[in-house]
Amino acid sequence: MTATTVDLVDYADATRRYDPVIGIEVHVELGTLTKMFCPAEVSFGAEPNSQVTPVSLGLPGALPVVNGKAVEYAIRIGLALNCQIAETCRFARKNYFYPDVPKNFQTSQYDEPIAYDGWIDVELEDGTVFRVEIERAHMEEDAGKNTHVGGATGRIHGAEYSLVDYNRAGIPLVEIVTRPITGAGDRAPEVARAYVQTLRDIFRALDVSEARMERGNVRADVNLSLRASADAPLGTRTETKNVNSFRSVERAVRYEVSRQAAVLDAGGTVIQETRHWHEDTGITTAGRVKSDAEDYRYFPEPDLVPVAPPREWVEEIRAALPELPVARRRRLQGEWGYADAEMRDVVNAGAIDLIEATVAAGTSPAGARKWWMGELARRAKQDDLELGGLAVTPAQVAELQGLVDAGRINDKLARQVLEGVLAGEGDPEQVVVARGLEVVSDDGALLAAIDEALAAQPDIVEKVRGGNLGPVGAIIGAVMKATRGQADAARVRELVLERIG
Amino acid sequence: MSDDLTRLSAAEIAEGLHASDFSSVEVTQAHLDRIAAVDDSVHAYLHVSTDDALATARDVDARRAAGEELPLLAGVPIAVKDVVVTRGMPTTAGSKILEGWVPPYDATLVERIREAGLPILGKTNMDEFAMGSSTEHSAYGNTRNPWDLDRIPGGSGGGSAAAVAAFEAPLAIGTDTGGSIRQPGAVTGTVGVKPTYGGVSRYGLIAMASSLDQAGPVTRTVLDSALLHELIGGHDPRDSTSFRDKLPSLVDAAVQGATQDLAGVRVGVVTELSGEGYQEGVRARFAESLDLLRARGAEIVEVSCPHFDYALGAYYLIMPSEASSNLAKFDGMRFGLRVEPEDGPVTAERVMAATRGAGFGDEVKRRIILGTYALSAGYYDAYYGSAQKVRTLIQRDFAAAFEQADVLVSPTAPTTAFRFGEKLDDPLAMYLNDVATIPANLAGVPGMSVPAGLSDDGLPVGFQVLAPAKADDRMYRVGAALEAALLDSWGGPLLDRAPVLPVATAEQEG
Repeated sequence: MTATTVDLVDYADATRRYDPVIGIEVHVELGTLTKMFCPAEVSFGAEPNSQVTPVSLGLPGALPVVNGKAVEYAIRIGLALNCQIAETCRFARKNYFYPDVPKNFQTSQYDEPIAYDGWIDVELEDGTVFRVEIERAHMEEDAGKNTHVGGATGRIHGAEYSLVDYNRAGIPLVEIVTRPITGAGDRAPEVARAYVQTLRDIFRALDVSEARMERGNVRADVNLSLRASADAPLGTRTETKNVNSFRSVERAVRYEVSRQAAVLDAGGTVIQETRHWHEDTGITTAGRVKSDAEDYRYFPEPDLVPVAPPREWVEEIRAALPELPVARRRRLQGEWGYADAEMRDVVNAGAIDLIEATVAAGTSPAGARKWWMGELARRAKQDDLELGGLAVTPAQVAELQGLVDAGRINDKLARQVLEGVLAGEGDPEQVVVARGLEVVSDDGALLAAIDEALAAQPDIVEKVRGGNLGPVGAIIGAVMKATRGQADAARVRELVLERIG
Repeated sequence: MSDDLTRLSAAEIAEGLHASDFSSVEVTQAHLDRIAAVDDSVHAYLHVSTDDALATARDVDARRAAGEELPLLAGVPIAVKDVVVTRGMPTTAGSKILEGWVPPYDATLVERIREAGLPILGKTNMDEFAMGSSTEHSAYGNTRNPWDLDRIPGGSGGGSAAAVAAFEAPLAIGTDTGGSIRQPGAVTGTVGVKPTYGGVSRYGLIAMASSLDQAGPVTRTVLDSALLHELIGGHDPRDSTSFRDKLPSLVDAAVQGATQDLAGVRVGVVTELSGEGYQEGVRARFAESLDLLRARGAEIVEVSCPHFDYALGAYYLIMPSEASSNLAKFDGMRFGLRVEPEDGPVTAERVMAATRGAGFGDEVKRRIILGTYALSAGYYDAYYGSAQKVRTLIQRDFAAAFEQADVLVSPTAPTTAFRFGEKLDDPLAMYLNDVATIPANLAGVPGMSVPAGLSDDGLPVGFQVLAPAKADDRMYRVGAALEAALLDSWGGPLLDRAPVLPVATAEQEG
């Protein structure tokens, strides 16, 4: 890549003067056992070119057969996105030559998607709800995976040779296309991010995909254009391909806003093109120019018959849809009695499932929140982990809180127990025993320590006897110190006062 | 029954095997010997699978000896058009681009043939990717018509038709996209059947035009076609366009046609598929055939299918469109020929271009270019879109015609076999060979060509019978009736009148 300087306009300035319009295409790999059009198995991390059949290799004579499970998953997605489900729809061939496309055409849906005209509400971090309209969701097959060997960039240009793995070729995809998203203004990057995140959550809730961004299960192409104002016609858009993390989606939108604003400010025109996203530098660079030369010569796939999902089946699928993330959040917030801000923090921290499981294991919602959003959130941040990545289970958190509630440990000891659990020393009970952290509740042992403390500080005893309860804390402190914090402070106070009379 | 095992029909061979009059090894060897003797001059085969065929034959003989109940055609040898993939047996589709490719899997119909115990003699020659009407577009040389070695055997399945006509196989598999089974049948004096679309699995057929391609039997008798059709037909879950309905018995229909009259059967003569453009001798034999059918009790009616005039035009848009996409996979990346550019960088795109440039013949390139153009943005509606509308109109014509007639009939091809090179430089003249056969492909209805005698030039003429979709049995009944009537009038099979083929020297000495 040659180092060219790109003019950028300050983001805030750009959005003051231009109205950004976004459009997002999300591809999700469906978690079916087999491929879209053949019985080749699908699993992550298999030997290259081991999960293939004559169909997914595009061998002469091979014919596709539609995977019924993939159709069901596509319908599930369509229904969850409030789409209409087509009574009948067809596959089409998208013709283009590329070595990772075994037939040199992709079997996709063109003018007859399985789902269309939907919408989804996405919630921004501050709780604002933004409605995104869905134009269509259609089924297609994934391409194989190219690896370019040699050369500096890992891109085909400059590579010595390229390897193709067809394991991915033919994996079912659903592509979800939004209508132009307008009205987001300077929050366009946030809306884009929240939209992709919402879809990811929905895919998981629907159990149609593992939806792991880092494995490329979910991939986003981000279209962006600027216009002078909300009344102006849409500007020329660019399509930034393969933006594959939530953060990158936000950054890519932000970058393109700044870049396109600079182009327009300079009196130039935005070129309609695809752009590459560079994760490391956070910039986009020009890819293919989209022009009339890009002619996929779509025509109906003659090897397949139309897909006509019976209405009863669609209704069965609708009835069996699981609770979707937004509805679930609302329900749980009600059940748990969290304030809006508390719930938002829980959601943003990715703690909802963990708290739900902890509550299910018997902890009060407040108790569960205290641990996950307090000590554990601190630890996760310190170790740069997701909450779910910590070496503690909701059941262990529930057990820990149970020990506190039973009075066997206090909060201070509980933190030490948690340390032990995180260090892999076992369940809370085991850590308590192994580390000898149980609260000293044997009055005899406490009285011995108290008598010792009283004897050491006769002046304080006098003051207390004289009616001044203030200095009693010093005695309690001495007792706690002597018992290495394992005493119940309230009980110590009681006994001290009793002893002094 | 003849002493020469190669002169027997498949049904006769099956009977002889069942009665242990001879073994499958004997009958298979007889055909392999015949291939060795005459195929140098006919060139019906691209690959002869001697060992494989004999191994199957031995296996069948052993199982029969052990008292096992075997499928009817077990042990009867067969030839397979080289457009059908065969595991472990080279499959080229008549193209240089697949030279040396050995498929790792069997087509469904080949699986069924193997399961039924038919020894596969080899793979037959064809126009490259089944594109042609003379087999002159094969990348591996011409197949010659056994009736006149200077003439074409029809196409694209000239190899299968010639193999059967030259007694190099009792049965063969063909494929028919616009007439590639029926027209070779007509010009070689054999029987060829294109089943209803969806009746025989296309899984493992190297596709030319997916919505038109259909595999079917190539034989010397109508009964043999029925036997083979029933063997290879039926639903296949690997072909989404294969239908689930079970057809009425085709063998019963053929037997009924041969043995009973045609009372109550309405035979419709399609106005648009006769008359002008058809050779005089072809018309004469067609008229005589109609008389014979009438004599057996059939009612002859005339029906009009006005949109058939546009069938050829629509076909030459739809077929190349689909072919241009189906043939995209031949790119040197995964299988078959790979040619690197002579100079300049070796990029995937340039390897693809060099491979396709070197691997495809002119006719294939012509159709890819036509199809690519017809599907292009801005032309799609005018070409592919309009052609699909014509297709619908042709389907309606058929539907209306089948209200008035139980079967429709026409000459199979406008002329008898022409000489090599006669039409090679005139694609349009070549395309006209299929004018009568194409409507059936566009509508998905079944069609059959039955020998109707010899034209004035001494060359075979074919009589075509068309039936409604999934009523394949009707054409077997009428085809068998005509065959029986003609046999009576000729006093023996038409192929008995074919000239004796020159026999290879080695065979003469042996």
